[in-house]
Amino acid sequence: MDLILFGIFAVVAVLCAINVVVQTHPISSAISLVGVMGSLAVLYLLLGAEFIAAAQVIVYAGAIMVLFVFVIMLLNAGTEGKKGRSLMVQLLGAPLLVAFLGLTCYFVQRLFPQADEVHFGGFTGGTAKAIGEALFTTYLLPFEVTSVLILIAIIGAIVLARKEMD
Amino acid sequence: MDSFIVISLIKVAVLFAVLLTTLAYLQWVERKVIAHIQVRPGPYRVGPHGLLQPLADVIKLITKEDLMPSYVNRTLYLAAPFIAITMALLSICVIPFGPTIEVAGVRTWMQMTDLNIGVLFVLAVSSMGVYGIALAGWASNNKYSLLGGLRSSAQMISYELPLSLAIASPLLLANSLSLREVVGKQAGGVWTWNVLHGPFPQIFAFLIFLIAAFAETNRVPFDLPEAENELVAGFHTEYSSMKFASFFMAEYANMITVSCMATVLFLGGWTPPWPAEYGSRFVPTAIFALAGLVALYHGVNYARRRDKYSLPVFGVIFLAIAALFLLPMVQGWLLPLFWFFAKAGAILFAFIWVRGTLPRFRYDQLMGFTWKFLFPAAMLNLLVTGFLVAWFS
Repeated sequence: MDLILFGIFAVVAVLCAINVVVQTHPISSAISLVGVMGSLAVLYLLLGAEFIAAAQVIVYAGAIMVLFVFVIMLLNAGTEGKKGRSLMVQLLGAPLLVAFLGLTCYFVQRLFPQADEVHFGGFTGGTAKAIGEALFTTYLLPFEVTSVLILIAIIGAIVLARKEMD
Repeated sequence: MDSFIVISLIKVAVLFAVLLTTLAYLQWVERKVIAHIQVRPGPYRVGPHGLLQPLADVIKLITKEDLMPSYVNRTLYLAAPFIAITMALLSICVIPFGPTIEVAGVRTWMQMTDLNIGVLFVLAVSSMGVYGIALAGWASNNKYSLLGGLRSSAQMISYELPLSLAIASPLLLANSLSLREVVGKQAGGVWTWNVLHGPFPQIFAFLIFLIAAFAETNRVPFDLPEAENELVAGFHTEYSSMKFASFFMAEYANMITVSCMATVLFLGGWTPPWPAEYGSRFVPTAIFALAGLVALYHGVNYARRRDKYSLPVFGVIFLAIAALFLLPMVQGWLLPLFWFFAKAGAILFAFIWVRGTLPRFRYDQLMGFTWKFLFPAAMLNLLVTGFLVAWFS
């Protein structure tokens, strides 16, 4: 059961990810990206990371991607035309892709030789409580530094977007 | 495992039937209440007091011609109502309507499923519902629809922040994300409900939640996405027949979900306002008996000729329901359901009441209100609650 669900949503995630690149219209790409986020959330859920799964949907699929779609709709972006591929892409594209996938498989194999299938319920440390405790004890400094970084980004965005006062 | 699947299927069937009936009749209630606010009788022709009007509306919507405008983006145009209605109906499955009941020797909760992250699930599903409206507006290839979709997505992103912050403070008091446990912590009467319960009563969080919920469900005074006097009908201008009905049902299903959420988070869910040994179990009987007597009185002294026959029938039905609440074998599951639906119904009535009373916001007022007032207020409320919970625990 776990394996079947994993298989379904892994395939959906990969297909949606390919669709993001293949689609010519920005809205279609954005919707495909939502599909990727949703499938990833299900995969997190299968791993037992329920809080991360919910946060993935709320933050990425529900807020950030809505903002993307909003901006695409606001700018009324049209379909993008296909351009001719350069010689280098035609010659090196496919071999490089295969090499990259091979390298990834090799490193996963080397790093986790005895990797077993993950079973649902095998890991129970993904509750909101466990994550909250980890964030405010073990990872307090990175957590706070990240929040300061985000604050700087927000202020920067306001400064850049502000109209000049006469 | 098999019995789990069977029980879940039965629950799905019951919940679905009840939810769809409530959706249809909520619309009847809304038309009646608004009509009485505006001093007119409302639907009166189809059935006694217009009670068969929802049925007539459903038949009308199903049999209407389904138009597909040219130059729409076909895939997204067809997907949008589907997304809207799916997400609206999905989030009801984590709402606990009552405690455990025993039917034919099987004990089960009056809830589809209790997730550890129940509250987050509702937030996640409702945040996905924005896509239905935004995509409908864009895919219709109509500038009014597009404006409606844009307004709606901007409004829903903005009001999601105060909504989530308002939800966070009762969760601090309950120390859990599971809706069943949130209700369990509030059992014991009106003084233990989160809206009044110390260390810091969540009355402000409750009001912020309600205001943000009005905006999230695109209801008056925040119904700018479908402001009919500037945008024709907003995001669903180009939709007809059942596709339009999907958006309509999604709006009402969202209303029901947020009312249930407010009931569970702030008003103690299915728990009675004071313990059963002090007589709270006779309240439903008293209310229904009173309603029955009023109906009988108006049936005898009728104002309209047809009330002579319909109102006595209603009176007898109400008295029968009042008697039903006295039977000990059904009290166990009927009383919690009564309290849950009474609370959720009161909030739904407030939705309709506001629609009949308040004018619409202007767009800049709408945005200014959430970012300059509602969001800071929710933040302050969360801070104070957090400090007090830490202080007293």
